[in-house]
Amino acid sequence: MINNLKRVLMTGNEAIAEGAIQAGCGFYAGYPITPQNELIAYMAAHLADSGGVFIQAESELAAINMVFGASACGVRAMTSSSSPGISLKQEGISYIAGAQLPAVIVNVMRGGPGLGNIWPSQADYFQATRGGGHGDYRSIVLAPSTVQECYECMPLAFSLADQYRMPAIILSDGMLGQMMEPVLMRSHKPLAISHKPKWALGNSKGRSPNVAKSFYLREGDLEKVNLLLQKKYKTIEAKEQRYQGQYLDDAKVVLVAYGTMARIIKSITHKLRGQGKKVGLLRPITLWPFPVQAFERLALGKMAKKFLVVEMSAGQMLEDVKLVINGRSAVGFLGRLGGGMPSEEEIIKNITSLL
Amino acid sequence: MKKIFSHPRSLRKVTTHYCPGCGHGIAHRLISEVVDELGIREKTIGVAPVGCAVVAYDYWDFDCSEAAHGRALAVATAIKRVKPKTIVFTYQGDGDLAAIGTNETIHAANRGENLTVIFINNAVYGMTGGQMAPTTLVGQKTATTPKGREVKGQGYPLKISEMLKVLPGVKYLERVSLHSPQEILKAKAAIKQAFLNQIQGKGFSLVEIISPCPTYWGMSPRQSLNWIKEVMLKEFPLGRIK
Ligand SMILES: Cc1ncc(C[n+]2csc(CCOP(=O)(O)OP(=O)(O)O)c2C)c(N)n1
Ligand code: SF4
Repeated sequence: MINNLKRVLMTGNEAIAEGAIQAGCGFYAGYPITPQNELIAYMAAHLADSGGVFIQAESELAAINMVFGASACGVRAMTSSSSPGISLKQEGISYIAGAQLPAVIVNVMRGGPGLGNIWPSQADYFQATRGGGHGDYRSIVLAPSTVQECYECMPLAFSLADQYRMPAIILSDGMLGQMMEPVLMRSHKPLAISHKPKWALGNSKGRSPNVAKSFYLREGDLEKVNLLLQKKYKTIEAKEQRYQGQYLDDAKVVLVAYGTMARIIKSITHKLRGQGKKVGLLRPITLWPFPVQAFERLALGKMAKKFLVVEMSAGQMLEDVKLVINGRSAVGFLGRLGGGMPSEEEIIKNITSLL
Repeated sequence: MKKIFSHPRSLRKVTTHYCPGCGHGIAHRLISEVVDELGIREKTIGVAPVGCAVVAYDYWDFDCSEAAHGRALAVATAIKRVKPKTIVFTYQGDGDLAAIGTNETIHAANRGENLTVIFINNAVYGMTGGQMAPTTLVGQKTATTPKGREVKGQGYPLKISEMLKVLPGVKYLERVSLHSPQEILKAKAAIKQAFLNQIQGKGFSLVEIISPCPTYWGMSPRQSLNWIKEVMLKEFPLGRIK
């Protein structure tokens, strides 16, 4: 673990790993895949020094199920991978959701479908925000857009996962994972809330046995569990929406972007504001729960606004924006696929046509 | 007066859901007896499979975890690593351990994880309706081998225990059977050894238990025991493998 209160130059992948260690991550299992390899290497080099357990698993299937086991023992557990590996983990993530165990899963997205390529992409948005595996479940999804945020979203991810006993996904991408920025280490205290759950396995002296499971065969039991999950999800939708807004008060065109795309949009917004153009940025930080409250406020505001969603996908977050706007304003879209990224000129051209 | 037989503390007093003549109940009880005799109930964690024994935790009175089909040894690996003072075992069928979970089996064994594995070989997939398992005998009829298992296209019965023998991380392998009271006593001794090995930190120990599935063998309970003795053990000879 790096000593706190200093600036350290690191990649987004390393920042996630360091953030996890400082958040009290006690278990990591992963399987190599580009572009997340710096993360697994950082964990291999540093997790044990902080008393955690590192395992290079034989596959992503093994890794996510190892996370299930460690989490069932009340230990903060995480895994990381990139798109194809995250697809393999879906069954395990569904089990974790069903058994109501906390866990953190990092997806450093790359181009797909299939083996695709190793360039940055945002095409796993649906998979992350809609559950991804089988059954009616959700994961909390956080989307950092700077290396500093990669570091800072980890304690938040672990805290939310622990509090709500469910998977939390960090949706990063190949660009954010590989880029280097100075990171300010925050504090001397452990960064996440304390975690000593009563349901954990191990040493059953003085209590009745605990069982970690997602299997409910008796008629009606599984529906009850599902209703409980849905109730939990409603609470999260009400309480945990996070976003960042920029120049929203008087913006005529609101740009909507997350992660790597949002950092590019942010600098474009500054530039256009310098030219007196009324553009703003709404950057969802939680992709699930989607920050609908922020959109509602904008849609109900006096300014007639237009929205432009920019993604490195065929338009996945676009659907969430359309759902909340529900026809009240125009929603445009600009996207590039398969590892491509919209250029500054393209973006500015699209904005100008809306102003 | 000395009490020489009683209900194991680690086995709940519940009604069985297993078919008449099934071996799973016997294996559950043997494990419970061993856990009691070693005085480790409060630090034991069982990992249940997906298979007929999916609700094994409804029978055992100690902490348990579920595992996705085939992943018991991944779950168990993590449990033992984060809680090294607990005694962790997996309980897995032949589909779970030797088909969908072969990768986890080989790699947990090769890492020399200090775990105990109870492997139930009943030569079929019980839970899903009696399909071919990797351990199904050549010629054996199952739901997916209606003419009997043919070597061409379906291969030979997989001898996972013999395969594991070559791995240096594996410390103990024994094949036992539930077809007679004498063999059941030997099975219990092997299970005890596999738990003792873990307590002594020796490493990966696996006990393969040949276990009857009268339902999907299409036999009476008695015929199944005979079939084990007369037929199955020719393919899967009993005894210490490593
Ligand atoms: C991913 C996945 N694939 C398939 C199944 C269906 N399934 C459940 S148990 C089982 C096989 C069980 O056979 P075995 O492991 O030999 O145990 P037995 O029931 O014979 O005790 C299968 C294929 C499943 N639950 N999950
Ligand atoms: S189907 Fe076979 S293995 Fe399953 S409970 Fe019945 S006898 Fe036992």
